[in-house]
Amino acid sequence: MIRRHLRRSAFFVLVAGLFAWLVFPLYYAFVTSLRSGSAIFRVSWLPDGADFSNYVRVFTEQPFGRNLLNSFLVATAVVAISLLLGVTAAFALGRVKFRGRGTLLVSILAVSMFPQVAVLSGLFEVIRTLRLYDNLIGLVLAYTLFTLPFTVWVLTTFMRDLPQEIEEAAILDGATPWQLVTRVFLPLLGPALVTTGLLAFIVAWNEFLFALTFTLSDRQRTVPVAIALISGGSQHELPWGNIMAACVVVTVPLIVLVLIFQRRLVAGLTAGAVKG
Amino acid sequence: MVSPARHNEGQRQRVRAAWLFLAPMLIVLALVALWPLLRTFYFSFTNASLVDLHGREGIGLGNYLAPVDGVWTGLFADPQWWRALWNTLVFALASVFLETVLGVLFALVLNVTFRGRSLMRAALLVPWAIPTVVSAKMWSWMLNDQFGIVNDGLMRLRMISEPVAWLADPTLSLWAIILVDVWKTTPFVALLVLAALQMLPKDCYDAAKVDGIPAWKVFFHVTLPLIRPALAVAVIFRFLDAMRMFDLAYVMTGSSDATMTVSVFARRQLVDFQDVGYGSAASTLLFLVIGLLTLLYLRAMRPDLSGARR
Repeated sequence: MIRRHLRRSAFFVLVAGLFAWLVFPLYYAFVTSLRSGSAIFRVSWLPDGADFSNYVRVFTEQPFGRNLLNSFLVATAVVAISLLLGVTAAFALGRVKFRGRGTLLVSILAVSMFPQVAVLSGLFEVIRTLRLYDNLIGLVLAYTLFTLPFTVWVLTTFMRDLPQEIEEAAILDGATPWQLVTRVFLPLLGPALVTTGLLAFIVAWNEFLFALTFTLSDRQRTVPVAIALISGGSQHELPWGNIMAACVVVTVPLIVLVLIFQRRLVAGLTAGAVKG
Repeated sequence: MVSPARHNEGQRQRVRAAWLFLAPMLIVLALVALWPLLRTFYFSFTNASLVDLHGREGIGLGNYLAPVDGVWTGLFADPQWWRALWNTLVFALASVFLETVLGVLFALVLNVTFRGRSLMRAALLVPWAIPTVVSAKMWSWMLNDQFGIVNDGLMRLRMISEPVAWLADPTLSLWAIILVDVWKTTPFVALLVLAALQMLPKDCYDAAKVDGIPAWKVFFHVTLPLIRPALAVAVIFRFLDAMRMFDLAYVMTGSSDATMTVSVFARRQLVDFQDVGYGSAASTLLFLVIGLLTLLYLRAMRPDLSGARR
């Protein structure tokens, strides 16, 4: 009896410890963001007062609102393009038998795995040739490198698992392949589209290396770059209050999104990985 | 009924449509992946510079290894390159190992039914969803040598007697970055392992319970072999991701030698020093190293990536 009790309490101590490990950094960023002036330099484990001046400064000392809008626009465009190209490609790869299909799937998977830095100089040249340097459209183009392969991959596995019967009737009625995709498959793919779209959004929202390299001016930056480049009077005087406020601002919408679509996201993550 | 001839015609039409549907995706991928990759390979044999990409000359293997006035130059003779490669390997191996162990622990805990499990599962998604740059900044602040809460906590617990410069001390900074990566990506491993755990047959566990076999034995002899395929996949995904790490090192320690990864090294050559040839050579080598290690791993582990298994 006592042993069972002990084991139960040990388990809950473990759970509490793991929980704290997961959420403490975000909690502490929030606590810090509400303190300013010299208060920041006294360590405080608990929130004391609510001073929102850091939040005001984040938006007034740099075009942070603009940066948020940039991130939002880029991520949305990336999602739209990836889903549009992904659905049609997934129909071809998941529902039609043709020579070279397996090779194609493996190559697409390989693209999602190679290091971004390996395409950095080549992509820089492409973007400059297309006159898209320091332009959000250039970033949208660059981000399809990450989002398109896994969108195609996940949607293909979803498409492949749908039963044969659903399209047979439509084919007998003389439906064209385009009609098959838009009328028969698209409605069935709803949940998969939400999942892959969200994953693509998060990837684009969080990306740093390309955003840092392919944009130059303050007003074209996305949020991760803006946060990384927030600096104070000197190198050793980083405005930590502002930085933490900015961190909270970018993270909260993501967390809300993730918690709402929790189940779908987990399903998509494990499908994307376990199945390839 | 559809006649065989018409069926054949229909099939041909379908294949034609399939290629038409694939074309836009293939064109985009060729533009952002294949072509830039080939150009990077090509640049690595030239002395191209960022300000003037066109005014380049072929210099053969000059960026890799070549004698100039009797001294070997190029990446293979550059100690900073070897340091960056070493850092990258240490980072990748250590972080993937720790993430796997911790990820399995998280998954085992979440596989138990207890009050607050859904809260815990939601918390698991928090580090995963936070942008890497944001996690880097949050942890830099927590690990701050003068005002950081980590030093404060450790001093209160009397585990250290004076503040530690986690990010400035060259023997510690790489480990600080590994810590942040482990925090950020353990959830991914945990979710994959949890998905595998939930598909395990319950009956062999019941049998083990009846026979009174201790839990740790059951774990090592039953659970671990059964989740091995899922672990193999999680490990390769994490490893490939860790080998190209850029954000954490760049944001937390800038271009310090102690933490410089190959990606940081390559970008520094490309952008800061404008040396596209040298940077491209470093990128090409990283690509080859990752490709080689991946092939070795796939040979050894044979993870099931085909999607045949659910």
